[in-house]
Amino acid sequence: MTAPQRVSYRMESTLESVNKAEEMAEQIASQAGYDEDTRGGISMAVREAMINAILHGNAYDPVKRVNLSFEQNGEELVVTVTDQGKGFVPAEVPDPLAPENLLKQSGRGIFLMRAFMDEVRFRKLNPGTEITLIKRLQSKELDRQEAST
Amino acid sequence: MSMKASTRQVDGVTIVDLSGRITLGEGSVVLRDTIKDLLGKGQKKILLNLGDVSYIDSSGIGELVSAFTSVRNQGGELKLLNLTKKVHDLLQITKLYTVFDVKDDEATAIAAFNK
Repeated sequence: MTAPQRVSYRMESTLESVNKAEEMAEQIASQAGYDEDTRGGISMAVREAMINAILHGNAYDPVKRVNLSFEQNGEELVVTVTDQGKGFVPAEVPDPLAPENLLKQSGRGIFLMRAFMDEVRFRKLNPGTEITLIKRLQSKELDRQEAST
Repeated sequence: MSMKASTRQVDGVTIVDLSGRITLGEGSVVLRDTIKDLLGKGQKKILLNLGDVSYIDSSGIGELVSAFTSVRNQGGELKLLNLTKKVHDLLQITKLYTVFDVKDDEATAIAAFNK
């Protein structure tokens, strides 16, 4: 296992931060050795977590910030997104795949995070919510990483 | 990259050629305004060409669903054309692939609208 590398950012509650976080996720996932499809999934999950934090959590409040961090240790990438909003209960978010919800305009963000990551955790803060996204490197990616060192 | 939408008419069907990203913010707004404008003009047979749409997020998916229901509620039809693999996969996992009428050939898509 390589030494963990961690970077963190304190970001404004703007749409620009969402786009910037998505770009950073793509870049960091690429450096970590994930394949193209997996990188796309990781950056989408990070984008959705940021939208959740900025739109639903901080509600674009210019005073509130979002903390974003990426940590990789050669075996997995751990991304955390923390907002300062009023929080929510993940279990109460309706299932977007239920027939009665299929034609709803919103409510797919958490589903997409779970679809593309190996683990998604929510922690209630006071105030705010911390979302942790984890993606493990597959054996073929670990082999590639080893071959390049 | 922002999104662009341009429209053309073929056999009574309005084809909307979209390019770029349908995401929270500008991309979703462009799509919403385009559909609103077409419905306002009474154009209710709409084919969204997504061949040059590189990326859609949850907000963009929501906007597609909203376009679909708005057109249907006004007695019209909305179909999707030329999905990229990424967009196709996204509609599959969100179970929307079967909700939308998806075509991969423009002539076939136009012929499939109720005349």
